[in-house]
Order: sequence, then C-alpha cells, then structure tokens
Amino acid sequence: MAWFKKEKAPIVPTRDRTVRTEGLWQKCEECKQTLWKKDLEPTFHVCPQCDFHFRVSAGERLERFFDGGRYKEYDRDLVSDDPLQFVDKKAYRQRLRDMQAASGMKDALLAAEGKVGGKTVCVCAMEPSFISGSMGVVVGEKITRAIERCLEKKHPLIIISCSGGARMQEGALSLMQMAKITGALARMDRERLPYISVMTNPTTGGVTASYAMLGDLNIAEPGALIGFAGPRVIEQTIRQKLPPGFQRSEFLLQHGMLDAIVQRKDLKAYCVKALEFFGF
Amino acid sequence: MANDTANQRLEVEHLQRQIQELTRQPPSDDGAKDLEALRRRLDGLRRESSPELTSWHRVQLSRHPRRPHVQDFIELVFSDFSPLHGDRRFADDPAMIGGMARFHGEPCVVLGTQKGRDTEQKLFRNFGMPKPEGYRKALRLMQLAQKFDRPIFIFIDTAGAYPGIGAEERGQAEAIAQNLREMALLTVPVLVTITGEGGSGGALGIGIGDRVYMLEHAYYSVISPEGCAAILWKDQSRVEEAANALKITSSHLRHLGIVDEVIPEPEGGAHNDPGQTAASVDRQLKEGLKALKSLSAEQLVLERSRRFRLLGEASRPSDPTPDSDSRP
Repeated sequence: MAWFKKEKAPIVPTRDRTVRTEGLWQKCEECKQTLWKKDLEPTFHVCPQCDFHFRVSAGERLERFFDGGRYKEYDRDLVSDDPLQFVDKKAYRQRLRDMQAASGMKDALLAAEGKVGGKTVCVCAMEPSFISGSMGVVVGEKITRAIERCLEKKHPLIIISCSGGARMQEGALSLMQMAKITGALARMDRERLPYISVMTNPTTGGVTASYAMLGDLNIAEPGALIGFAGPRVIEQTIRQKLPPGFQRSEFLLQHGMLDAIVQRKDLKAYCVKALEFFGF
Repeated sequence: MANDTANQRLEVEHLQRQIQELTRQPPSDDGAKDLEALRRRLDGLRRESSPELTSWHRVQLSRHPRRPHVQDFIELVFSDFSPLHGDRRFADDPAMIGGMARFHGEPCVVLGTQKGRDTEQKLFRNFGMPKPEGYRKALRLMQLAQKFDRPIFIFIDTAGAYPGIGAEERGQAEAIAQNLREMALLTVPVLVTITGEGGSGGALGIGIGDRVYMLEHAYYSVISPEGCAAILWKDQSRVEEAANALKITSSHLRHLGIVDEVIPEPEGGAHNDPGQTAASVDRQLKEGLKALKSLSAEQLVLERSRRFRLLGEASRPSDPTPDSDSRP
C-alpha cells in the first residue's frame, strides 16, 4: 500500500496549447528577412525591407486590379483534353487532375472582364503555380477568345504574364498557340485597340517570344526574370556564369525592351493613365 | 517477310498515284473526303512498313551529317539565287540566309536557316541557330517580297534560336514575336518547308505560312527531346521516351493539323538522294503555289489566320457551367 496518494485529478490540458506559427511567417527570397505575413497584405506581397515582389496568384491579382474586386470570368470550364496522351514520370492527365484539385482552376490562366478605373477592360492573368504557369492549348484558346471579345466590343486588353513558357506536355500544339495568339493580336493592332503587356516574375520562353513582347506598352514589375532562353540553358550553351542582374526587368529596360518598370502598388493607376492616353 | 515489304511498297506507290490524281481534279467535298482517307491509309502503311524507325531515329536522321541543308535545297529547287544580307539595324546573321531567286522562272524570295558542313562553316553559321538580327533580316526580306508582290518560300532546319547573352540583350524574344505578328499579315503566298530540325520558337519564328510542309524524317517540336528528358525525366538518357511522348514526327504533326503535307524521302533518308528529295519538294511547292495564287491578298491573310486559329481547340466538359460573375 502506498504511503502517499494523489487525491487531485491530474491536470488535463483542456485544449491544444501549442502556438500556431506555421503559415504566419514568410521568408523573403531576396533579403532572407523573416516577414510577418500580415505585413505583406498592405504591400500586396512586396517585401517591405527590400522591395522583392513575391509571386501572386491569378485570382488575387484580378481581385486587386478590378474596381471593387468585381469582375466577370470567361471560359472558366475550358479544359485540356490531353491531345498527345502524354506520359512522363506521371501521366499528364493525372498531373492536370491533381493540379485542378489543388488550385481549383482548370488551367493556368484566368480571363476576365470588368471595370478598371471606371473603364471596361479585358484582363488575362496567368497562374504561376499551375504547371509553372505554362501555356498550353487552354491558355492559348482563352487568350485568343479574350482578344476576339475585345475586337467585338472594342475593349482594351491587359495580359499579366507569369509563365515558364510553352507547355511541353502538349507538344507542338503548345507552340502553335504562339502563332494563334499573335495572329489575333495582329488584328487587334490593325483595329487600333490598345494592349498592355505586364510581365511579372518569371516571363520566359514561348510566352515572351509571342504576346508578352507585343504590347503597345510593355511594362514589368521590378526584378522580374524576363527572357527567351532560361538562364540555365544559356549557361550550359556558353559555358560561363551569367552576370548578376542578367535578364531582370532593369536589364531589359536598359536594353530597350521595356517601356517602364512599375511597382506592383502603382500598376493599376499606371494602366488607367495609359488607357486614358489611348482614348479610353 | 520480304514479300510483305514488297507488297507494301507497291501499295504505297499505288496510293501515291491515286492521291496525285485526286489532287489534280477540281476540289469537291467528296473528293476531299476520299483524299483524306487515302492519305490516312498511306500514313498508316508508311508507319507499318518501317516499324524500326522510331521517333528518336527520325530525330537522328534529321541531324544526319550528310543531310541536305537549306542552301542545297535553294540550289536544287530554285534558279538565279542572289543572296541578300543584313537586318539594317545591327548585323548580317550567317545562320539565316535568303535572297531573290526564281521558282520555275517566277521571281520570288527564298530564305531559311543554314547549318554548316565542316567545323569552320559550322562556327560561321553558328550551327544554324539564328540571333535576333537573323529573324529581323528574315522579316525584312519577307516585307520586300510583299512590297513587290512576290511569293515567299521558307526552309527551316534549326535546333532553335540561339540562347546567348548578346541574343538576349538584343531581344531574341521580341524579334521572334514581331515575326509571328507580321507574318500573319503578309499579303503574298508564304510556303514553309521543314527540311530537318524544327526547333521550337526558333523554327516558328519563320514558320507562319499558308502551307506548312515537312520532309518525312524531319521533326518539329516545342522542345528538343534532350531538353524534355532533362526537365521532365530529370535524366538526359531518356531521350527516346521523350521523343516518343512529344509526338514530333511528320505523320503525328500531319494528324494534328500542324503540317499540311508530308514530303516523302528516298529510302534511308534525304541524304541518300538529295536530287530526288529536292524534286519531291519542288513538286509539292509547285502544287501549293498554284492553289494559293487563286486567292486574293485579303483571302490569303484570312485563310492563314484561320489555319492557325483552329490549332488546338480545348474541349469543354459535357455540362459547362455558364460564365459567371465571379467573387464579390
């Protein structure tokens, strides 16, 4: 028999006392500063320390861009039917299904129409997390339809690019989207309807070599990687390290490929001003 | 076995004759349907009769050291070629050749990418990989042809646009993008033939044509099989699988509607008989030009943009939800 007895019931924690920190902090990729996520909200995902522009989802972009966050989405149910029946380590069909479940989107682009500064504008925004924001048949078709709507209704067009280029899993058909979109842009150009191309980090490959470089205005966010070939491919070809800042927005501005570098917080005001200049 | 092959060859020849006869007749809906069926049968037979030729084999054939280059095709198919140089902005790009020539006596502009044969030539031609000045030169020549109402013949054989520092500084992407847009608006016939490698944006940058033809063993792809294997398989040695998965051969691309006609090559590949290959190219170009000449400038632009507009129509699910007002 024990000499001592525990008379009080043991203390049972009534609820989980661990403090949830996960998801509250984010490390800046550039200055490595740990940032409180709430601090990034007013700056719209721009590091308050070093001005690094974090990636933003297509949905958030549109919400911030349109007046009152209101817009009408088009062709949201367009899906790829896997024209090549492509299989690498994983079947492309399955990869698409997984991406769709994770993102709630059917492909890497949102096509929308709404008011920006009181003007009706068609805006397409690319989704960087969807297979690297790559351009396949669906992206090509959605942009082309958006251009056709602009032609029909005489609206201006803004495309916010964020993409690794053409989608490998749809083969040469992805490549043909470059031709399809630029063909439609040629008509828009001839009809003298404005098109503003906004390049964000990263914009490379077939996207840059087609619609991203064909704006009446080509503008970019600070520090965005913009180019035709990716830096790794260039390094492997020329067998030397690339200079710092190569293929960044500032480099492109210096070499005459951009009209302006625009801070994310100023983007909307900049576009509105430009559209006014274009007579809209 | 040998008998089988002989029979198949006979059938191929028979089909080719039938197709030729049909194409000569005035176009009709029934005729077009028959033609399509015959061509599909021919494609199938060709694939059966050379089962040992995988996609990767074809890629290797398209890079064969003795494969006729664009310069060879220009010499064999055209007469009176006088080369023109420079983009009037920065430089002359030796990887992109072009100039005035005659096609069956008719003045035209012919241009394309040029690889080198020996080491010195390869270096001079930058291995057939154009820089921005090459694409700008090509566009300048095309607009020259347009100004004087001459047809344009384009030959493509490039691993891709050159990925280098200078090329990026001078706007490789911008040069290609401009070509895509301006070629869509050309008011003269544009006939494109992919003779060897059709390397991604570098090929497409001079590839917007009213007709796009392809030699049997050429390939045309969004990325090289090597690049695709390295990225998706994380293993460069998986090129054969990558080449297969990308569907880059002439018969696949014809099936997808990216290529209008496949130009047959002599047994074993174009390098076995460049003369015969050039004759087949000549025949196809002649037929194509004849059809295009009946179209007005406006029709040409319209048909060309329609041709590319129809490539890759995405499908909708069976019960589409209507376009909706999204989010507050």
